[in-house]
Amino acid sequence: MRAGKDVFGVIAEFETPRGLLHGAEAVRKAGYTEVDAHTPFPVHGLDRVLSIPGSKVPWLVLGGALFGGIGGLALQWWTAAIDYPIKIAGKPYLSLPAFVPVTFELTVLFSALAAVLGMLALNGLPRLYHPTFKHSTIHRATDDRFFLVIEARDPLYSSGETRALLESVGGRNIEEVEA
Amino acid sequence: MASVSVPEASIPGEIVEDPRRRTTLVKGGLGFHDVTETICGVVEGKSPRGWWILFGLSLALVGLFVVCVGYLIWSGIGVWGLMIPVAWGWAIVNFVWWVGIGHAGTLISAILFLFRQKWRTGINRFAEAMTIFAVICALIFPTIHVGRIWLIWFTLPIPNWQFIWPNFRSPLLWDVFAVGTYFAVSLMFWYTGLIPDLATLRDRAKGKLAPVLYGIFALGWRGSMRHWMNYEKAYLILAGLSTPLVLSVHSIVSFDFAVSVVPGWHTTIFPPYFVAGAIYSGFAMVMTLAVIARRVYGVGNLITVDHFDNMNKIMLVTGMMVGYAYGMEFFVSWYSGSPYEGFIFRARATGPYAWAYWTMITCNVLVPQIFWLRSMRRSIPVMFVASILINVGMWFERFVIVASSLAQDYLPANWGYYRPTWVDVGTFLGTLGIFFTFFLLFLRFLPMVAMAEVKGVMPEADPHREPAREGRVS
Repeated sequence: MRAGKDVFGVIAEFETPRGLLHGAEAVRKAGYTEVDAHTPFPVHGLDRVLSIPGSKVPWLVLGGALFGGIGGLALQWWTAAIDYPIKIAGKPYLSLPAFVPVTFELTVLFSALAAVLGMLALNGLPRLYHPTFKHSTIHRATDDRFFLVIEARDPLYSSGETRALLESVGGRNIEEVEA
Repeated sequence: MASVSVPEASIPGEIVEDPRRRTTLVKGGLGFHDVTETICGVVEGKSPRGWWILFGLSLALVGLFVVCVGYLIWSGIGVWGLMIPVAWGWAIVNFVWWVGIGHAGTLISAILFLFRQKWRTGINRFAEAMTIFAVICALIFPTIHVGRIWLIWFTLPIPNWQFIWPNFRSPLLWDVFAVGTYFAVSLMFWYTGLIPDLATLRDRAKGKLAPVLYGIFALGWRGSMRHWMNYEKAYLILAGLSTPLVLSVHSIVSFDFAVSVVPGWHTTIFPPYFVAGAIYSGFAMVMTLAVIARRVYGVGNLITVDHFDNMNKIMLVTGMMVGYAYGMEFFVSWYSGSPYEGFIFRARATGPYAWAYWTMITCNVLVPQIFWLRSMRRSIPVMFVASILINVGMWFERFVIVASSLAQDYLPANWGYYRPTWVDVGTFLGTLGIFFTFFLLFLRFLPMVAMAEVKGVMPEADPHREPAREGRVS
């Protein structure tokens, strides 16, 4: 660790998804846990290698759906039957069949809001700055290169050894970045 | 077990019609970086002259829209051709037409996603963009149709000085929620898909303003595997939500008609019939736009003839569904024994609006039959002309439904004939201008093909692919 600067971790570049997957497998085998990958598209199978837990987004969506559905029905029931009841077309104040479309639409609307905002919140986005952006070729993570990051907070982390491991599994442009 | 011989494509890129083999979706031996270059090149390069010409024309139509709508708001909706008995005219026709066009975008982005149709990645981005712009145009019509548009907020459950609430039993109010939700969800779905591609543009952007703007809209996306996990789950859920949503939207639009007691409107076939027609016209619009964009921007390796072939098959199927619905309407009008129903359908085919009816039949039922032939499905001039004719036909379908049923209802003494005014025509052309202005700006500033998704379905993206067969990765 260089004096006065905190280290975020070490980043290695791989040319193919296959190379990245093998690299990740080797790193995990060596016992590292604070590992992440940065890829232009989701590389399937990598989540299992890195033992990333399943997403919590579905639970947030369930919450959104319940809020939208119950709230939507309650809104219609309260406005049409309680706050200002008006007889329209001889229908009952609480016309459940007629309230289905709006209830459904509000369920979908709030579920979708929960899905998008929940996804962003769980990802900690928007966050316009991140230490990985200091790597010299990280801009290719949104183009055609695959990056493996081992963070310095990993108990096994040591500047030299971690770098050597990444080198031995085919990583290139290996750089240590500041936090 | 003996190995089964699988026919090889004799020409590279030729489609092999064998279900055991899949043709590659990206042609021309492009690698990941080539995909980025092809799509970002469109945004980063100079606009072709054709873009400026189309943009100028579209802006001129936007000007026409402003004039027509300004006049309408100033004078009242009497400046349209609406007159009793036909109190719904072009505005409602255009509303239904535009909403319908939007549906193909959601079908491609959501339903084909759930069915794992990987070819959708080539066309889903601009089909979704088309959805959003079409729904904007659609929302304009009911908004200006209310006459006193400064009171449009009465359609929302906002407390007001009269203490009265919207009537939630009315299909017109269901429309507000259905189309409003549809717009919001489509926008979120589109933006979610855009985030990784905006990050690509951010990482390549030069100059002062572009990196800042793309950077803000990319929200700091860095392609972390942990982020992709949440992202893919959210995307899947959005697709799952959009699928029933898109079916509900045009069903609810059809309730505007079907819940009434007007002959020719009061039918239970309307919801599925409207949804099939919506997808049909939407695919036609995607086709029209894709043929132009592909030619102008040279993205033929990403939007291939195979994509068009698939889309033409969907148009053939949905066109036949619509044709079936036309036939079934006639059958039910006879089978119901209702003299009013029977009369209105005979009047559609032989009465004062017969010209519109037969235009509709020709464009919607006869034209797509050419797609039985493989050579026609793969001929770009043929599909371009057909896609425009289909959208003309779908406009006439809504015109026939709206105008013919109202013009000759129960009381012959009240019969009339609907004619649009120049304001009707100008407003419709104006929304075409709004649509194309948005679409051209989208082509100019945003990636028209979903790069991250296209890369994900390329054979090189499979991490278990043998290195000997590794494609060209520059």
